[in-house]
Amino acid sequence: MKLKPIVAAIATTVLASTSFAAEVEVLHWWTSGGEAKSVAELKKMMEAKGHKWKDFAVAGGGGDAAMTALKARVVAGNAPVAAQIKGPSIQEWAQQGVLADVSGAAGEWDKLLPKVVGDAMKYKGKYVAAPVNVHRVNWLWINQDALNKAGGKAPANFDEFFALADKFKAAGMVAIAHGGQPWQDATVFESVVLGVGGAKFFNDSLVKLDPKAIDSPTMLKSFDTLAKIKTYIDKDSAGRDWNLATAMVMNGKGGMQFMGDWAKGEFTSANKVAGKDYACVATPGTANAYTFNIDSFAMFKVKDAAVQKGQLDLATAIMSPEFQEVFNLNKGSIPVRSGMSDAKFDACAKKSIVDFNATAKSGGLVPSFAHGMAVPSATQGAIVDVIAKFMNSNMSSKDAVVALAKAAKTK
Amino acid sequence: MQADRWLPKLILSPTLAASLFFVYGFILITIALSFTESRLLPNWEWAGFERYAELFDNERWWTSAQNLAIFGVLFIAVSMALGLLLAIFLDQKIRGEGFLRAIYLYPMALSFIVTGTAWKWILNPGLGLEKLVQSWGFTSFTFDWLVDPDKAIYTVVIAGVWQSAGFAMALFLAGLRGVDSEIIKAAQVDGASMPTIYRRIIVPTLRPVFFSVTLILAHIAIKSFDLVMALTGGGPGTATDVPAIFMYQFSFSRGQLGVGAASAVMMLMTVIAIMVPLMYAETKSANAR
Repeated sequence: MKLKPIVAAIATTVLASTSFAAEVEVLHWWTSGGEAKSVAELKKMMEAKGHKWKDFAVAGGGGDAAMTALKARVVAGNAPVAAQIKGPSIQEWAQQGVLADVSGAAGEWDKLLPKVVGDAMKYKGKYVAAPVNVHRVNWLWINQDALNKAGGKAPANFDEFFALADKFKAAGMVAIAHGGQPWQDATVFESVVLGVGGAKFFNDSLVKLDPKAIDSPTMLKSFDTLAKIKTYIDKDSAGRDWNLATAMVMNGKGGMQFMGDWAKGEFTSANKVAGKDYACVATPGTANAYTFNIDSFAMFKVKDAAVQKGQLDLATAIMSPEFQEVFNLNKGSIPVRSGMSDAKFDACAKKSIVDFNATAKSGGLVPSFAHGMAVPSATQGAIVDVIAKFMNSNMSSKDAVVALAKAAKTK
Repeated sequence: MQADRWLPKLILSPTLAASLFFVYGFILITIALSFTESRLLPNWEWAGFERYAELFDNERWWTSAQNLAIFGVLFIAVSMALGLLLAIFLDQKIRGEGFLRAIYLYPMALSFIVTGTAWKWILNPGLGLEKLVQSWGFTSFTFDWLVDPDKAIYTVVIAGVWQSAGFAMALFLAGLRGVDSEIIKAAQVDGASMPTIYRRIIVPTLRPVFFSVTLILAHIAIKSFDLVMALTGGGPGTATDVPAIFMYQFSFSRGQLGVGAASAVMMLMTVIAIMVPLMYAETKSANAR
């Protein structure tokens, strides 16, 4: 192709004029309040080590815009030092041969990270990415007042869950606050699969995509449960943003919401307190399981020796206890490395830390399907299409299982 | 005097070269990509028609195509009918025509994002029209097309027509003003009524205007992305998906550049299949005249 050298030439003339030696350029899409504050901490730490930080923030589209920018840069042979990439996408990029080995900074990481997390950061046994934080996805957020009126006991399984939902409904509330967007549908779906089938079934069906697990009575039951959940959602939910659904739980219009722990940020910024205004519990039937959503920085191959040093320092800084604490306090997630003090974290985060460590040992720690941690984006997209269709039509559970089995074959 | 001949060509040549490369060059690259194994990044390994097979096996693609057909036909037909009607009414030499014309044209000044967002609020059952009418006492009133997967595509038509009907009106009005008043007077002398004059004489002479309006509205319909994104986000579920959204998601969010390119090529083929016969017929009839 003639295009490549031309793009490269344009890109280098434009970009070379602005880049100096030992400049550490980091691509990310953390641009909103708490997130931007978190990134500023990383910048401070890098500058303290004598490197020049170059921010390459591309907002919008939940990272889509950033990924498009990244592709253009990599094709042009001018990749940034590090970019915010997570889950199986790390492997996809590594297969293109553009990621750098940062094992030099990762001496202790095998001990500090649960195996399932460490493996996600490695390509062919070498660390190519550094994990930043852990979000738990299988949280259920409940309005505490409503819960107290309904007996005060958080539901431990789906029978109790639906009994509670009936009480909320009788009290004139929208029992389940939900936003009808495909990714939110998928978030509910994966928690239901985890609750109905358990961690092993979750792993077989949504991570390994085993056809036997997908075409099973357990999956059928999961869809039946999801269909029942659908009946507790108000009809205005179509297209509603997740934070509006969280606001419904906050002001008592809605009873509860399935959402990852970023919802906590909404509660905190509205000065709501866990245990008093709202309750955070594991979604029904998943007390011993944990769906993780881990943000990470993938490290790209760079030539300049000074920049390579900056890259290793960046990896070290990201995994340092200081950064992990400051960053996650701002972002609402928990540190990914074990053995840190949880003194400064709130009640929900403390519970999250305890469960993260416990499930890492018990095997209940599974990658979140809905948040791009489990399967490649093409397969995930195809499955999410099926779930969204199921949530927005009269599709039967049986047909859904058949469609799911077909979607799981997408490569 | 030599300079007069080559100077315009010289000045225009960079623009020509740029548009040749950036429009037609990229069309060729996209077509080439649709025959490759491209995933996350372009990969020039030949794959034959595999990407097209994948595309045609995808249920979502057919939903998108069907939605485009519904939206395109209704959007063009209703905008045109409404535009023509408004233009004829405005053509009756009424008072305050300039003012009214501005009002009807005004939606055109907004971007589709604004139109989509405003109509999202107006049509939301818990927020807009339905709630308003119910609060007036008509409690049995329902208008929940926006959240009904089977009807949501029609809300896109409503918003699209609201935006574009005024534009069609402006074009038709210009056409109406161009009709020779001598012909109309002659018809009146012959005893033809106003509706007959419009039906038999004026509207048929607007033929070229119909052609331009169709051309402009059709390309708005086929590339529609922003309106759907703002109004429904392709939802509920994937109920209002259109090919442009499909193409964007597969190329950029899902790392299936090949399938995305294949869908882009199919969109191009649709445009060609509709436009070329239309333009051919138009030029032919123009020559015949």
